[in-house]
Amino acid sequence: MKKLILTASLLAIAAGAASAQDVVRMGTEGAYPPYNFINDQGEIAGFERDLGDEMCARAQLTCEWVINDWDSIIPNLTSGNYDTIIAGMSITEEREAIVDFTQAYYPPASSLFMGMSEDFTLAGAVVAAQTNTIQAGYIAASGATLMEFATPDETVAAVRNGEADAVFADSDYLLPIANEDADLMIVGEPVQLGGGVGMALREGDARREAFDAAITSMKADGTLNALILQWFGPDAATF
Amino acid sequence: MFAFCTDPATLDPLRWFSCYLTNGAHFLFYQSFLVVFALLAVTAPVSLAFGFAAASASRSHILPVAWLGKLYTAMVRGVPDIVFFLFFILVLDQGIEYLRHQIACPEWAEEIRQGANFLVCPEARTPSSNAPQWVHEVYGFSLAVFTYAIVFGAFCGNVLYGAMRAVPHAQLETGAAYGMSRAQVFWRILVPQMWIYALPGLGNIWLILIKATPLLFLLGIEDIVYWARELGGSRNSVYQYPHPDWRFWYFLALLVFYLCLTRVSEIGLARLTGHLSRGQATAAGDTLRKAAT
Repeated sequence: MKKLILTASLLAIAAGAASAQDVVRMGTEGAYPPYNFINDQGEIAGFERDLGDEMCARAQLTCEWVINDWDSIIPNLTSGNYDTIIAGMSITEEREAIVDFTQAYYPPASSLFMGMSEDFTLAGAVVAAQTNTIQAGYIAASGATLMEFATPDETVAAVRNGEADAVFADSDYLLPIANEDADLMIVGEPVQLGGGVGMALREGDARREAFDAAITSMKADGTLNALILQWFGPDAATF
Repeated sequence: MFAFCTDPATLDPLRWFSCYLTNGAHFLFYQSFLVVFALLAVTAPVSLAFGFAAASASRSHILPVAWLGKLYTAMVRGVPDIVFFLFFILVLDQGIEYLRHQIACPEWAEEIRQGANFLVCPEARTPSSNAPQWVHEVYGFSLAVFTYAIVFGAFCGNVLYGAMRAVPHAQLETGAAYGMSRAQVFWRILVPQMWIYALPGLGNIWLILIKATPLLFLLGIEDIVYWARELGGSRNSVYQYPHPDWRFWYFLALLVFYLCLTRVSEIGLARLTGHLSRGQATAAGDTLRKAAT
């Protein structure tokens, strides 16, 4: 208990002393449009860039954006290379055990299968998914053959070149691709996974409340829903 | 970049490409080539220095120093590069933070190692979390360069050790007979003559170093491989310049780049060999001497 109080007071001192000009390093993947991606100007853009900048402005924090591979995005957060993960990460129990999440800033969205032919059944299929995603976990548990890739783009490329029968990912990532490519189509049934998308911080990081409050205020005045509709289209789920 | 680039969707292919290849993301790609050159420019001399120190130490008459030199070359040469890269970066990073932690916050009550995490006090964070992003990038790059230098220094050490033994022993004895000290023989007779014997081996290491530069990508540094994969991946209309999967062309460009770099290196090494062969008791030196008379 004594240690807990000491820790809490140390954190409070650190947060208090730092809040004036402390920089919050925002970790993202930069390869998952429209959540986050590197645009043609070479800058980080997307729904989460706009959202993150607005949250930092409301919480009166100075934020800096950092790109990190998805594969190592949680270990690099916990070891302090950056302070938050804002990278389309779904809130799950397994992740909750390692990091702290803010409330969801995007409602639980469905995950879809995308393939080259309508005739698709999960049993016995080879399905591509990104490493360490809830979709990869779902496929691994389903009995289908899981083919993992480090980046989302590689999962789609695996379907295009015939390595995999389908790719399994968030609908918001797959739908724009399926709509523009005549060879690719949504197949099978949508699956509901995860408890919404939230921002992750190290356990016990006091800044979580500030970001939580910023999300609450963005939900209250409708700016969050406006951002969701702007980036995910008129059919997207809102709060 | 050009005035006509405002609406890429309406452009003809030639203009489309001239806009596409000069957009901001591509400039970052071109800049990342400088990262490769910077790595080569810093690593080559530092590894040579490490190798020279290791070779000199291996020849030492003080046994522990000789052991140290030999242990270093044997250890690094025996461990696969990639294991060394992944391991050493981590060790350096955590070592620096641990030392700074011991100095900056001796009263810190918490464990540094908590499960998979390595948590030092905020003052000991390297670089400080308030530092701008470029400081973080330069720090990561420096760790990588240092690791490259250690690995390639061991290879250089082995080559230089062999080259030192290849200098005719009679020359060293002659030096000693003229009353030169051990250090004078080393610096005035051995070192100036060993380079011609070392050059073929050093040339090989240089080419291997060039080929090893894409390992930067594995260390999380945004190098040419990172950008080739990033820009070559298929892009939908979220981007201004949508295109299908072009990774083939981007990696082909990298292949051509590395081939050109190898060719230029070969020309440079051939010139250096000619220069160092002058007056040497080698076949090439003999040919030069005959041509001159």
